Amino acid sequence: MKHCKLTLLALSIGLFASGAAMAGGELNLYNWSDYIPQDLLKRFEKETGVKVNLDVFDSNESLLAKLKAGAKGYDVVVPSDYMVKIMVEEGLLEKIDVSKMANFKLVQAPLNKPDFDPKREYSAPYMWGVTGFTYDASRVPGGKLDNSWKSFFMPPAQLKGKVVALNDVAELYKAAAIYLKVDQCTEDPKDAKKIQDLLEQQKPMLAMYNSDGTIERMQAQEVIMHQQWNGAAYRTRQKLKSAVFVYPKEGIPFWNDNLVVPKGAKNRDNALRFINWMMDPKNIAEASNFTGYNNAIKGSSAFFVADLKADPAINPTPAMRALFVPNKNCSAKANQLRDRVWTKLKK
Amino acid sequence: MSDIRTRLRQSMLLAPTTLTLLVFMLLPMVLMAWMSVLAPDTYGGVRWKEWSLDAYVQFLYERDLDDSLTLNSDYLAIFGRSFLLAGFATVVTLLIGFPTALYIALKDEKTRQRLILLVSIPFWTNLLVRTYAWILLLRNGGLIDSALSVLGLSQGELDVLYTPTAVAIGFVYSFLPFMILPIYASLEKLDWRLVEAAFDLGANRWQALRRVILPLAMPGIAAGCLMVFIPAIGSYYIPELLGGGKSLMIGNLVQNQFGTARNWPFGAALSFMLLALVMVSLWIYTARFKRPPGE
Repeated sequence: MKHCKLTLLALSIGLFASGAAMAGGELNLYNWSDYIPQDLLKRFEKETGVKVNLDVFDSNESLLAKLKAGAKGYDVVVPSDYMVKIMVEEGLLEKIDVSKMANFKLVQAPLNKPDFDPKREYSAPYMWGVTGFTYDASRVPGGKLDNSWKSFFMPPAQLKGKVVALNDVAELYKAAAIYLKVDQCTEDPKDAKKIQDLLEQQKPMLAMYNSDGTIERMQAQEVIMHQQWNGAAYRTRQKLKSAVFVYPKEGIPFWNDNLVVPKGAKNRDNALRFINWMMDPKNIAEASNFTGYNNAIKGSSAFFVADLKADPAINPTPAMRALFVPNKNCSAKANQLRDRVWTKLKK
Repeated sequence: MSDIRTRLRQSMLLAPTTLTLLVFMLLPMVLMAWMSVLAPDTYGGVRWKEWSLDAYVQFLYERDLDDSLTLNSDYLAIFGRSFLLAGFATVVTLLIGFPTALYIALKDEKTRQRLILLVSIPFWTNLLVRTYAWILLLRNGGLIDSALSVLGLSQGELDVLYTPTAVAIGFVYSFLPFMILPIYASLEKLDWRLVEAAFDLGANRWQALRRVILPLAMPGIAAGCLMVFIPAIGSYYIPELLGGGKSLMIGNLVQNQFGTARNWPFGAALSFMLLALVMVSLWIYTARFKRPPGE
């Protein structure tokens, strides 16, 4: 879902240029930018003889628009949870019965039967993560903040102008809904008003709304607190040891990205082969080491690099897992309400 | 006979231009107008057979619980802000741009060419990159902040980045050449003997500027104002990058509608209203300046 956008063009050009067609045919992968290591794709090519072409996108909405406009030529694409459901409803996906694949037995709960695809007929799990917030413990009063969304929505006065929220209505609205204990897909204007009031009173404390460069901004100590994804927090901590990622006690938005096959894909067999291959612990672990996000495959953490394995934000305890709040696919009415709150907040 | 042939030849010669305008301007606009009167599809896009004026209603009213309509000024406020910021940028670039253009126009040929080259050098770099550079310049601990505190001119942090001030600075910086160049173009053609005549007739410097130079430079000034105002009011990433995403401008609002809000007809209607705004300013321009002044 959330990755810096650099470097990928070079990567995709590199892959496109990698020589003549291979014996096993081709696989056209359409993934988020900066979200799969080139070495891993190279290894897949070596092991299977299938040549991989990578193309990248930057939002679920642009992915949907592209597939709806009838883009052919992709064999595997990587939508997030709620978007899988939309794509299934819109009839954009091939039924591939992931649950019958050899490696599916390794998929851990809850992602073995998620709400958006309970029988795993259309999608296989890729990365998952949570959206909480990170603060710099060396620069907050007392060196510690409450494990609560309150610390983010009503930060201590000293942090005024040093807090950043993501410029992403879905993430911010959901966090506020969890803190206020209202439904993230509420259709009740009164609930929406509560969310709006919370965000309005937070706004003067914020430096900005921004989803790009979260890691660099924290590392440069430009700000003290940042709404952030756990993988980005892990990467922040590699340079800023005092960064603390919070799993708020009220609950934390949980998202996951999935491998699916668009309807009419030309290389269906290779797509299925790739998806099963990616559910192998060693292979998916290599992707996790690159992205900084965890995955749902049992035994993969044995292949994690040491600091990723040791990071509680990436490998949460069962008690922390209990706080996960999965994404829901909201109704058009709820969506309109959410957009109204966003517009009012920024009018 | 020859008249018809001339006309035919003319239209043939114009055909590429006409075709380009039709395909790349008129067609998208018609599509946009059409989309704005359709109903939105659940997951983005439109329902092609369902007519609806909701998008235009939504601009001014919001639906309450009981489906009654109440006046809603949110979108007007966003249009107002865009208008104000773009207007501010126009005024400031004019105040800086006119003296600059006049200064350049008064130099000798060689110096003029050199100065015009200097004005156009920023175009050699992509505007997005230059906007990012402003982030580095304006941010706390950045070049301007540290320079000011070294000189003892500021206390504490600058706190300019991610405010409307930063957006205004970005606008003035980005669009200044668009003001200087057209004004310079009209001043360059100016017959300076007219100014000498004004002096001979007893005008002082101020009167010569106000009564002779300014009126003659008016077409350039008007063109410059349009060339600053129009891109500024539709600007999307300068407010996004320098304004910290805290307040929307029309461009950001439109983008939201096509993205997360999944309301394409409303996005189309907003674009259409922006277009109408621009058309009105263009119309004022042509009504006032279609003939060179003095004729």
